[in-house]
Amino acid sequence: MAQMTMIQAITDALRTELKNDENVLVFGEDVGVNGGVFRATEGLQKEFGVDRVFDTPLAESGIGGLAIGLSLQGFRPVPEIQFFGFVYEVMDSISGQLARMSYRSGGVYNAPVTIRSPFGGGVHTPEMHSDSLESLMTAQPGLTVVVPSTPYDAKGLLISSIRNDNPVIFLEHLKLYRSFREEVPEEAYEIPLGKADVKREGKDLTIIAYGLMVHESLKAAEELEKEGHSVEVIDLRTIQPIDIETIIASVEKTGRAIVVQEAQKQAGIAANVVAEITERAILSLEAPVLRVAAPDTVYPFPQAEGVWLPNYKDVMETAKKVLTF
Amino acid sequence: MGKKNNNIFDAKQTLTEIEDKFEMFQILNEEGEIINDEADPKLSDEELVELMTRMVYTRILDQRSISLNRQGRLGFYAPTAGQEASQLASHFALEKEDWILPGYRDVPQIVWHGLPLDKAFLFSRGHFMGNQVPEGVNVLAPQIIIGAQYIQAAGVALGIQKRGKKAVAVTYTGDGGSSQGDFYEGINFAGAFKSPAIFIVQNNQFAISTPRELQTAAKTIAQKGVAAGLPSILVDGMDALAVYVATRDARERAVNGEGPTLIETMCYRYGPHTMAGDDPTRYRTSDTDNEWAQKDPLVRFRKYLEAKGLWDEQKEEAVIERAKEEIKEAIKKADAAPKQKVTQLMENMYKGEMPSNLKEQYEIYKEKESK
Repeated sequence: MAQMTMIQAITDALRTELKNDENVLVFGEDVGVNGGVFRATEGLQKEFGVDRVFDTPLAESGIGGLAIGLSLQGFRPVPEIQFFGFVYEVMDSISGQLARMSYRSGGVYNAPVTIRSPFGGGVHTPEMHSDSLESLMTAQPGLTVVVPSTPYDAKGLLISSIRNDNPVIFLEHLKLYRSFREEVPEEAYEIPLGKADVKREGKDLTIIAYGLMVHESLKAAEELEKEGHSVEVIDLRTIQPIDIETIIASVEKTGRAIVVQEAQKQAGIAANVVAEITERAILSLEAPVLRVAAPDTVYPFPQAEGVWLPNYKDVMETAKKVLTF
Repeated sequence: MGKKNNNIFDAKQTLTEIEDKFEMFQILNEEGEIINDEADPKLSDEELVELMTRMVYTRILDQRSISLNRQGRLGFYAPTAGQEASQLASHFALEKEDWILPGYRDVPQIVWHGLPLDKAFLFSRGHFMGNQVPEGVNVLAPQIIIGAQYIQAAGVALGIQKRGKKAVAVTYTGDGGSSQGDFYEGINFAGAFKSPAIFIVQNNQFAISTPRELQTAAKTIAQKGVAAGLPSILVDGMDALAVYVATRDARERAVNGEGPTLIETMCYRYGPHTMAGDDPTRYRTSDTDNEWAQKDPLVRFRKYLEAKGLWDEQKEEAVIERAKEEIKEAIKKADAAPKQKVTQLMENMYKGEMPSNLKEQYEIYKEKESK
């Protein structure tokens, strides 16, 4: 087994699926010769040719339309939106078209499109490069939305996404691209979509998170452990649909939960998780379910990022409120 | 202010030169006479009669659809009268294997491409079965978002190209649609990939109420193709032969690997924008209406065919009768469609397994709808 960063695992997943299915096409801005601005498609054009891995003109809406049209010809497009902050340019193609393809055609057509895109804060980008806009996607029926937090998961989830017959939005956290390595099998493997992963077991509190916040939550859990609290951490991995079963089983065990997201608090994934828990497990709860999230401003200028982004200390603070309620 | 230097590139003159090149292509004048012998496609008698039949049939379909809408027996409907040559002569140049990505006014083309009429009526009524296209009929449901079909056409065309098929993707929008970003992205993508697409702008002079001259400073919409590197043509959209030839040539270039074409068809919609309360008298004068009625595509094609001895009142009556009969049958068939259920919509959302949230709701609606 090879040690891989998340970006390497993503490239590996793309290579695996380009090899596995000749209908898989990888395209976007600068994904060809340049290998993508983060090198996610490094070497793929050379290996599979310009017919299957190609650059497009610089227009996100056009990339979305291209993916839809190609899927109507039986292809399995894997377009890249260079930064997810640019998603506003392709909103109609995603929410107005892609997500409705099967519904609109009464099931005659489907759109096996996986849109990959980097997002997430903490790396001092210019504006519109770091926003957590995932709830724009989860609010749209018809889409599956995936956010991996480790190299191993990234590969397995991306393979599953590409093989899925419905549109998948695959969001890759910028800060996780090269933050650590882990063992990633060289062969193809799938991680089922819609299944959360219990990263750490515990008895006193459940922390539910996704993306970079999984790591902040794990760090918080370790610290809390030192203070005598046994904390369970769940990585959602797929944020639409949410693996409610795993969450409820955990909350029924611990009786306390917090939900952590990097995005602003308003109308977020965490709110959805809290609602699901209260609807289904209120009698198991010993305390209110609290959220850790960024404040309700637009994504800040890089100089304010440090305080704005939730971190393990914020997670600990909220965890303690719930633990001592 | 610098003094005028004759060596400086005269951008204004370049623009004027480009714009002046876009003269309207016409073969058949308003009297039904061939004025452009060289361009005459020399369609066979059968083909000429078939094209006339389709235009007459579609005019009746439009009249009946409007009246059915007024009776509450049809829903959403965008009238087509006046655009028959633009719609049906362009379609006449296509082959079965070609793909059509229509706007919401382009129901006639997809019907003549193979969508059963009862399905067109179900689409109008808002029943999902209207969009369930039969196998082998290469059309999408009419697009509601103006211009979205343009970028998708670029994708379908690229797919056709990658599959090595001898076919094209044809898409339609209107003069208003040519202002959308997706219009530019669509023609630009197809141009960059040199893929087999035909982009048709049916310039019917008004985007709902906004006149063509408020859409753009460009003298023609056809010239917009130049910026994307597309061969582009301005054609008399009331002249079936000219529209046919422009589309035929575009198709030929496309399947020969020469890339996409932009066609602007100058036409007019006689009716309102849709049947949902639009009142054209608020933005058009009867003088303009009358002026365009003189150019009517059916009138001039009828004259042309009559002069050739290919058409007469009897033939026309027979087509009208056939249209009325088939429309009646199609309405009956549409009436017989089962009532649609929320559970069916849920089933259609995803191919394969439903996500867990929907699965749960499915059970609730299954119960509700079983009562």
